[in-house]
Amino acid sequence: MTDVITLTGVVKRFGPVTALDGLDLTVRQGEVHAFLGPNGAGKTTTLRVLLGLLHAQAGSMDVLGMDPWRQTAALHRRLAYVPGDVSLWPNLSGGEVIDLLGRLRGGVDPRRRDEFIERFDLDPRKKGRSYSKGNRQKVALIAALASDVELYVLDEPTSGLDPIMESTFRESVRELRADGRTVLLSSHILSEAEALCDRVSIIRDGRIVESGTLAELRHLTRTSVTATIERGADGLADLPGVHDLVMEDGRVTAQVESDAMPGFVAALAGSGVLTLESHPPTLEDLFLQHYARS
Amino acid sequence: MSRTRSGPFVGTWTMLRFALRRDRIILPAWVIGLVAMVSFSVAATKDLYPDAQSRIEASDAINATAALVALYGKVYDPTSLGALSLIKMTAFGAALISVVFVFLIVRHTRTEEESGRLELLVSGVVGRSAPLAAALLYALLGSAALGLLTAAGLLAVGLPAAGSAAFGLAWALSALVFGVAAGVAAQLTVSHRGAIGLGLAAIALAYTLRAVGDLADGDPGWLSWLSPIGWSQQIRPFAGDRWWVSALPLIATAILVPVAFALRSRRDLGSGLIPDRLGPATGRIDGLVGLTVRLQRAMLVAWLAAAVVMGFVLGSVAENVSGLLDSPQMRQYLELLGGKQMIVDAFLAAEVSIFGIIVGGYAIASVARLRAEESSGHADLVLSTATTRMRWALSDFGFALLATGLVLIAGGAAIGLGHGVSVGDPVGQVARMTSAAVAHIPAAWVMAALVLALFGWLPRAVPGAWGLLAVFVVLGEFGSLWKLADWVLGLSPFAHSPTLPGEQVAAGSLIGLLVVGAAIAALGLVGWRRRDLAG
Ligand SMILES: Nc1ncnc2c1ncn2[C@@H]1O[C@H](COP(=O)(O)OP(=O)(O)OP(=O)(O)O)[C@@H](O)[C@H]1O
Ligand SMILES: [Mg+2]
Repeated sequence: MTDVITLTGVVKRFGPVTALDGLDLTVRQGEVHAFLGPNGAGKTTTLRVLLGLLHAQAGSMDVLGMDPWRQTAALHRRLAYVPGDVSLWPNLSGGEVIDLLGRLRGGVDPRRRDEFIERFDLDPRKKGRSYSKGNRQKVALIAALASDVELYVLDEPTSGLDPIMESTFRESVRELRADGRTVLLSSHILSEAEALCDRVSIIRDGRIVESGTLAELRHLTRTSVTATIERGADGLADLPGVHDLVMEDGRVTAQVESDAMPGFVAALAGSGVLTLESHPPTLEDLFLQHYARS
Repeated sequence: MSRTRSGPFVGTWTMLRFALRRDRIILPAWVIGLVAMVSFSVAATKDLYPDAQSRIEASDAINATAALVALYGKVYDPTSLGALSLIKMTAFGAALISVVFVFLIVRHTRTEEESGRLELLVSGVVGRSAPLAAALLYALLGSAALGLLTAAGLLAVGLPAAGSAAFGLAWALSALVFGVAAGVAAQLTVSHRGAIGLGLAAIALAYTLRAVGDLADGDPGWLSWLSPIGWSQQIRPFAGDRWWVSALPLIATAILVPVAFALRSRRDLGSGLIPDRLGPATGRIDGLVGLTVRLQRAMLVAWLAAAVVMGFVLGSVAENVSGLLDSPQMRQYLELLGGKQMIVDAFLAAEVSIFGIIVGGYAIASVARLRAEESSGHADLVLSTATTRMRWALSDFGFALLATGLVLIAGGAAIGLGHGVSVGDPVGQVARMTSAAVAHIPAAWVMAALVLALFGWLPRAVPGAWGLLAVFVVLGEFGSLWKLADWVLGLSPFAHSPTLPGEQVAAGSLIGLLVVGAAIAALGLVGWRRRDLAG
């Protein structure tokens, strides 16, 4: 499988603020890739850098085999972008904007356009200033989804959508993937990433801290275990991959890494385990662990 | 304002403090700049007229020259040093400060509302009418400060106290009326650009009314009394100090303020008075140029209409100029200068020159659209398509150049038509005045190029182009009076436009303007290519 996006060591500073601090990101062809991270982590900045709207100070970038800063227009012919904060021209109707953006991208397929307008339940005759936030976002989404390109770059595409529209959106993204197209979307919504994405990358303070499939990421996190045992087990705390072990009146609680689980359970068994409860990591834990760690 | 914790005016003081804080640099900068301008110009003219006789001669010459009367008004007391040395500052200065106040007030009303920032505040503890009330109080405080400092400045350079106070009052009232009028305009339009356009149109109309009214023999005609700028003149600082005239702008303010609040309470936040109609479901905008035309055409049509109407009116009064030259000595003097035709031509040339500067303002507004498109995020949408940055910038810039030329040609033709109809030679005069206006195109294009350069290198400083325009105007009006070096005067592109009709066209300086403009524009494009897209 080829890589559609490869960023290596990308640095972007805004005066004294370092927004991207040696960022590496790989998105493979045909996958739906979620880009997650807390507010201000650098998601929007990354997307704008890889579109050539911002000029990175260091690092190498390859998007669809091109350099986004030098071959911007050629690159844009092959991708579609939805900004996080969609602002429309106040006096142009939604339909006009959709058609304009389509034409500027190299042509609109009226059938596809009408189909998406229908599916997203948009009134294309309203003027930009009279759309609600969600409807503004729909205008940009329809313009992007209706275009025939290889790569879709979506910045928090569902942040203004209601649940029904969100499921329409997911459906559309699945269709794109079935078609072999690549989608990179930033999000704060865990369930969206879980339901939609093949791989995720988590960004914090301008660096990627985790990247992989959800199963791989889960694997990296710890299971919390509670057990009651008959006799004290001295070696438990020294086992590799066991954290925060507390032993009190025969009750043991600990956080155990996935790899350390067999050894830990065996040790418990040797101590005469009476009850055993284990909670596998939820996606929530996974994110909280990355979002909150300072 | 209301002291209860609810009601439409709650939070007015907070909003006012916030507005003053936001403008803590720009407001003092304008006020001090304007006060310095008026004080320096008095200081510079004072010694030119040592005795009453010299003042009377200078005043008579001004009052007898219709071009100057239309431009600046009359000197109502030929012996008065204050009235004579401030002749250029009375009407003209009042218009200038009124423009500043229109910008300031729209900035705190419609611009805030359009950007959605106001919503954040109004959803809090701020009442519905509080932002407008704060903006109007801002206009009051700002104009009062301007008036007081102006009076103090004039006093400091040695003019009589009463006249200084009257002059400060005249300026303050003009700023106040147009500031409040801008508050009304901000209720009518949805875009801040529309509100500024309405405000500026009102100022232009007021200026034209008094120009025509002042041309009447003796006392000004009734048209001058319809104009707030005319009122400022008719207070006649240093020439009788007619305080009672200040009742007129106060009455106008007292009428406009409730109108603004009534309009405000009749509409929703973010909307204008006219609800939006539905637009087309499919678009016919066929690309970048189509988008530019679509976004800029309303402003172009408004400018064309204004240019044609005002051009025609001003052109048709040119011939009346000779009616003012009744005294036999004056006529003799004028024959020496080249006769009546000369005087009429000088008047027409002055009109075209001013028009050229105003259209320079249009060029600024038109190119500044690039920055507005960028900061609003629209550029993100367009530039993430196959559109290159160069094509995007050149589309708006090219449109601005063409539109600037078109407005100048239309205005020149209208001046020619107005004048031609009154002298019975429409075709000849249209041709003559159109070519006079064409000669002013290069200078306006240089202004457009300057905005592009700012956009390329210092996008946040794009509004500074208006300050540059103000500096060029002041250089042109007062530079030689202040005995500034030639190279300083030459910094203004308008200094290189020929005075037409009446002068030989120096092709060299026009070509020079075009070359300099092209270089500045190219520089701007280089900057734009290399920089980040900024919010
Ligand atoms: N034009 C700019 N000038 C200065 N700093 C900026 C600029 N743009 C972004 N930043 C800073 O860069 C950092 C990353 O911002 P970015 O918008 O990429 O975050 P994000 O991950 O998209 O956040 P969110 O989830 O809130 O959308 C932030 O600290 C932000 O303040
Ligand atoms: Mg973001």
